[in-house]
Amino acid sequence: MKPVSRKAATWSAFLLLSTLSMLPACKDGSSGEGDAGSANSGSSAISASAPTEPAYGDALVLGTIGDASNLIRMLAGDSSSAEIAGMIFEPLITYDKTLSEFEPRLAESWEISRDGLEISFKLREDVRWTDGEPFDVHDIKFGFDTIRDPSTLTAYAEDYLQVKEMRVQGDHAFTVVYEEPYAPALGSWASIMVVLPEHILKDEDFGDTKFSRNPIGNGPYVLEDWTTGESISIISNNDYYRGRPYIDRHRWRIIPDQQTMFLELKGGGIDLMGLTPLQFKRQTDTRTFEEQFAKYEYYSNGYTYLGYNLSNPLFKDKRVRQALTHAIDRQELIDGVLLGLGTTTAVPYQPGTDWVNKDVEPWPYDPSRAKELFAEAGWKDRDGDGVLDKDGAQFSFELITNNGNEQRLKTATIIQKRLDQIGVKANIKTLEWSAFINDYINKRRFEAVILGWSMDPDPDQYIIWHSSKTGEKEFNFVGYNNPEADEVLEKGRRTFDKTERKKFYDRFQELIHEDQPYTFLYVPKSLPTVHKRFHGIDPAPAGISHNLTEWYVPTAFQKHTVTR
Amino acid sequence: MLRYLLTRIAGLVPLLIGVTFVSFLVINLAPGSPVELMTDLNPKAGPEVQQRLEKEYGLDKPLPVQYWIWVSKLARGDFGRSFQQDRRPVLDKIKEALPVTLALNVMSLAIVLCVAIPIGVYSATHQYSLGDRATTVFVFVGFAMPSFWFALLCILFFSVHLGWLPISGLRSFDHNALSDVGRVLDIAKHLILPVCISGFTSLAAMSRYMRSSMLEVIRQDYINTARAKGLDERTVTFRHALRNALLPIITLLGLSIPGLIGGSVIMESIFAIPGMGRLFFQSILARDYPLIMGVLVMSSMLTLIGNLAADLMYAVADPRLRKR
Repeated sequence: MKPVSRKAATWSAFLLLSTLSMLPACKDGSSGEGDAGSANSGSSAISASAPTEPAYGDALVLGTIGDASNLIRMLAGDSSSAEIAGMIFEPLITYDKTLSEFEPRLAESWEISRDGLEISFKLREDVRWTDGEPFDVHDIKFGFDTIRDPSTLTAYAEDYLQVKEMRVQGDHAFTVVYEEPYAPALGSWASIMVVLPEHILKDEDFGDTKFSRNPIGNGPYVLEDWTTGESISIISNNDYYRGRPYIDRHRWRIIPDQQTMFLELKGGGIDLMGLTPLQFKRQTDTRTFEEQFAKYEYYSNGYTYLGYNLSNPLFKDKRVRQALTHAIDRQELIDGVLLGLGTTTAVPYQPGTDWVNKDVEPWPYDPSRAKELFAEAGWKDRDGDGVLDKDGAQFSFELITNNGNEQRLKTATIIQKRLDQIGVKANIKTLEWSAFINDYINKRRFEAVILGWSMDPDPDQYIIWHSSKTGEKEFNFVGYNNPEADEVLEKGRRTFDKTERKKFYDRFQELIHEDQPYTFLYVPKSLPTVHKRFHGIDPAPAGISHNLTEWYVPTAFQKHTVTR
Repeated sequence: MLRYLLTRIAGLVPLLIGVTFVSFLVINLAPGSPVELMTDLNPKAGPEVQQRLEKEYGLDKPLPVQYWIWVSKLARGDFGRSFQQDRRPVLDKIKEALPVTLALNVMSLAIVLCVAIPIGVYSATHQYSLGDRATTVFVFVGFAMPSFWFALLCILFFSVHLGWLPISGLRSFDHNALSDVGRVLDIAKHLILPVCISGFTSLAAMSRYMRSSMLEVIRQDYINTARAKGLDERTVTFRHALRNALLPIITLLGLSIPGLIGGSVIMESIFAIPGMGRLFFQSILARDYPLIMGVLVMSSMLTLIGNLAADLMYAVADPRLRKR
């Protein structure tokens, strides 16, 4: 939903989230299994008797910890900018709420050639920019050329540089041609990166244009006001091609302090925020709160892991890594750190989505099995000092994580205790983010690390696990190298056929599970809460914000009168 | 006098250059660069992006060259552009954050003066009385209490429980629909808590200075002389003693000038006020060198000017200095 919704307790945690996210455009990706998005409805004073037909009007006020920076999506990396730009610009296609299929948006249809090398899009003809100019394929071509232009300072060119050629057909159709089939490509078109009005921007200096703070879009909302550091408001677009959204105005209020934001929520100053596990469990379980607010919980699209430096002799043997996983009680971590609001996972895929290999279960917490595995690998406590040893060396390592992230520190502490019980010494060290990344992760000077990744709806994980991605600053920093995993990761990228891809990634998950280059610790839940006057909320794996344009407040409950 | 002034001003220039040089060096010593923060662990960023960004920001040049470019731009009044993603001019960003910080600090300084000086005078003239002890406890409570905690308590009581004041921010939801007077009142209402809390938490220094300075003065012979002349205690205290006792306060005021543009990160975060404290803090986290340097240049300039102003005011207030 928002960066807030998770571990953001401090600024460094915030920065961390924005730098870690694999796909900031899909920040709201979330999931549900079983209890997916169960709203704690209870007895609602608001939805009791009065009519609840959809009605236009009212405003939704959201709390966010950080201001947006730039509403040209390709130039912004922070989640606030991505979230707001996503309301102002419309993508070509979009993931559906289950995050498994694509739905048409600006493109009414698309087709993948049989050899998988060409994707052809057919655009709608009834879309206009909010200044009245028609939207057509030349706008996409402009955005595409801009993001590929080496002088554009964007961090998101990679996906578009894979394209060999873009062929424009008439005013409302185009085809992109790839060198070889590239399955994640379709996901790259499910974003607003290349949707820009050519007629406004063609003569502008892209690095220095007022457009970045005063954009003209074609999405459901129009930017109304942006007061730096305070608030950003958008107002509904009357000409939106899918019909004017019900809620007239959205306003993000920038409130850096989580406590203040919570007080604002209770005081009626904001209608929606992401709760911390503590707030969710202990501070919102009152009658008055539950009468006013609906709480939602579903699995987020991020996971926290313990990664081992596989080039370190300690961690070379996969039995040792399996033993470590068996020695860590992951349910205890979830109960202690997340107050139970999370789930264990064995694989780097969002729980509840189609890509998860259901046959792969997390290794159980089993200290005696851990001891067996250690013994098989030659690690025993021979000198009786309580620490395992082998060839005279003790099993002792440094466990690092970034400072300012309370959840990770607590996780590390609990792990330390559990490992100590089976004779493994872990020394915790926390580091400032920049030093952590530059001096330790990028230079591979670490033994074990606690970190997190966000997950993309596309199953491709090439850049994190392929053995070619172990160079400095690349993301396979644990140095995972399994030829079979390499092979399935490559094949998974080369076919668009979902059943076939699923086979490759199922195998990939089995391999990762067996090799345990990471111990997958947990997937936390997203815990948004929304004022009960808002109706039409439909929790799904994609979160609650996937159908924001369909939310409404019945006339009787409208709080704000919005004048244009 | 004029000559003195000119020498003092001429002396400021090398000092300022020294300050900027050291700051420039130190911020570059901190691990991490603005570019790395943008591209680190971002799988969507290709490998060339970092080099391209470095080139654009001029970070590929040696440090002395970077410093020279920065100084020569500064000499022409150009503070450069922020390295953050909005790429806006540093001056624009400072101009946005400065007014609210300045207003907040000036108002809380005014509160501090209005409350601390009477407290100081009272506790000096009534040394060791119950009133003296009570005010001492009062100001030290303010000093010792963590401001974030106190602020949250106040919000909870005045805003959530009683509902008298807004919780945070500077403007209400319907701010734009209000009349001009209404808008001013709206902002004023939002400022009451932050101003009072930051005033209360900084009473201690000023009131204790005032107290000790006053204590020193009322023991002087000329105060005895004034009393011996038969002046009533009121005149002695306020006309003769207070005036002299205020001199150190002037120095203190001069020194607090740079503090006027520096905001408090904690207070600004809790009250969601977009001021200088948050701007500076964020710029450090983002390794936004031009913005960090911009703020540093301004505050070091103000510190130097503040010192100079304090010396000058001293001369104006104290006839003994003026004659020399």
